Amino acid sequence: MLRFLLRRVVGAAVILLIISALVFVLFYTAPRDPARVACGKVCTPETLALVRQNLGIADPIPVQYWHWLQGVFFGRDYASYGHCPAPCLGYSFINREPVFGTIVDRFPTTLSLSVGSAFVFVIFGVGTGMLAAVKQGKLLDKVASSASLVASSLQIYIVGVVAMYFLTDQLHLLDRPSYTPLTDNPGAWFSGLLLPWLVLSVIFTANYTRMARSQLVESLSEDYVRTARAKGLSRRTVFFRFAWRGAMGPIITIFGLDLGVLLGGAIITEKTFSLQGIGALSVKAVSTNDLPTLLGVMMVAATAIVVLNIVVDAVYALIDPRVRLA
Amino acid sequence: MTIPTSNATTPVEVEDAKPQSTTGPSAVKGGDGRSPGKMAWLRFKRDRTGVISAYVVIFFFVIAICAPLIAKLYGKDPHTMYGQDQEGLLNDFGFPIKPNGGISSDFWFGIEPQLGRDLFTFLLYGIRNSLFIAGVTTLLVTFLGIAIGVTAGYLGGKTDYFIGRVIDILLAFPSTLFFIAFWPVLMSILVSPEESTPIWLTVTSLILVMTAFGWASIARLLRGEVLALREREFVEAAKVTGASPVRIIFKELLPNLWTPILIQATLALPMFVTAEAGLAFLGVGLTAKTPDWGVMLQRGADVYQDDITFMLFPGVTMVVFVLAFNLLGDSVRDALDPKTKR
Repeated sequence: MLRFLLRRVVGAAVILLIISALVFVLFYTAPRDPARVACGKVCTPETLALVRQNLGIADPIPVQYWHWLQGVFFGRDYASYGHCPAPCLGYSFINREPVFGTIVDRFPTTLSLSVGSAFVFVIFGVGTGMLAAVKQGKLLDKVASSASLVASSLQIYIVGVVAMYFLTDQLHLLDRPSYTPLTDNPGAWFSGLLLPWLVLSVIFTANYTRMARSQLVESLSEDYVRTARAKGLSRRTVFFRFAWRGAMGPIITIFGLDLGVLLGGAIITEKTFSLQGIGALSVKAVSTNDLPTLLGVMMVAATAIVVLNIVVDAVYALIDPRVRLA
Repeated sequence: MTIPTSNATTPVEVEDAKPQSTTGPSAVKGGDGRSPGKMAWLRFKRDRTGVISAYVVIFFFVIAICAPLIAKLYGKDPHTMYGQDQEGLLNDFGFPIKPNGGISSDFWFGIEPQLGRDLFTFLLYGIRNSLFIAGVTTLLVTFLGIAIGVTAGYLGGKTDYFIGRVIDILLAFPSTLFFIAFWPVLMSILVSPEESTPIWLTVTSLILVMTAFGWASIARLLRGEVLALREREFVEAAKVTGASPVRIIFKELLPNLWTPILIQATLALPMFVTAEAGLAFLGVGLTAKTPDWGVMLQRGADVYQDDITFMLFPGVTMVVFVLAFNLLGDSVRDALDPKTKR
């Protein structure tokens, strides 16, 4: 297990390094004048000169990247902008703030949004899928299958807005989406995020229902399940001790990917509900041409995905005894 | 960008590689005289959901293509700001005076708040533009996916390894983030920051960005298919007889790949429709001037509290379209590839 983790962590670091290099090169060589882009829409000649100097535009690209990389590990000084401490992913000349600080400020919103909705959609989706698999061909199975088909054609930017209109404005059932830190007021945190969780779950649940159903149908027809039934174990025991384990693998893999994507910024969801998370940050960075922030957000998103991939593989091995970590 | 991949196994070889080959009787040719295509068509016609959704999809394409004609018969266009030109349509705050978003015999779907354009024609042209962008993207993505996937699968070795890693990275990361992150970079290459962007350039860049990050899933699927096909006897036989790689790819491999290609392309189109709308919703890509499904949804989300009708028309039509297209995709897969379990 330890050797597996070590190898995967090294591999992940290499991938992150490659991605950062690729994105960096693309961001700072493709535009005709990257400093002008990074400087933002409103840009005086003095600021432009300062941005040029700080990005080290005069240096060749590998040197610029090296400075950026050094900043990530040891921090970096920006002339007349100040010091950017250790995990320095860059400096936003538009926000006049180190990128990492902004991301840290925004992260709790994204974390609450994604973990909360993941909780809802995994329990609900996998639960429905399991029921549908057990009641194969019955009414419940058919209803669950068609509902998941419809739900998978829905888009957050449609359902979210319509739900806000009817559930919040018209019927006053739920609070207007907002973010209050959990530590400040757990009640407000919960009621403010309930609607986004539910809407996000509607979209994701469908996928999990379908997957859980087909996986379970398959694993229920496996030989080991038949053997367990044949030696006299009850249907319930077989289902919860054997069949379930075999079916969870692919679901966990997809779940890891989904959660990683959500943690990197549920961009459309945050925009729909006007939540100020990492996704909203990246949208704002696009509209202001804030390249350093975009690079930072992409690296955080990439890290979330890579780390969750490792976690998923480790959990996979813990749940399914057939999987060996080689 | 993940298109739900089907593990499409190819049907019977469409082509008899070499009539000369003495291996196996070619009695199949006699049979009951039904080509695989004909059999798929028969299977499809029996699938009621598939046929209905096919009609819905065709309906959308017809109104998209005929949008100018319909607008002419209806007597309005999507650019004139009726609400600002005529009295009694919009109130002082820029919202329709009549209930339900200003629906009347003159304005069937109501009037757009603030700018006061006619919603019916705006939606027609919006569907037209969205389908055009998604359609062209699907074509390009399919071509690129075929080219890269078949090349990787056929050449194997280092090329395959390299392409495989690129595909892995592209598929592992959220496409929305990719799209929006590279948007300012692409724009800064194409236009200088001081100029405004012409619409055709925005459309072209949208198509380019979605193509650049969209080809990976088709390529991966086809690569796998080619890897399996490459080892089959008929390809080997063709190689032994000295067929050129070009001939092998176009005459031996491609005819066997049409099934997965067609399935993937049907699944890809609604995905690009929603992806483009999502980008417009985020304010990346087309802007309020241009009729577009996503632009309407974005404007609708801004004013939904005062005028939900403006959100409902584009929203409901899009959900219907995507649902119908997804059902059609499933039916196409069932018809072409009855062995696949869902």
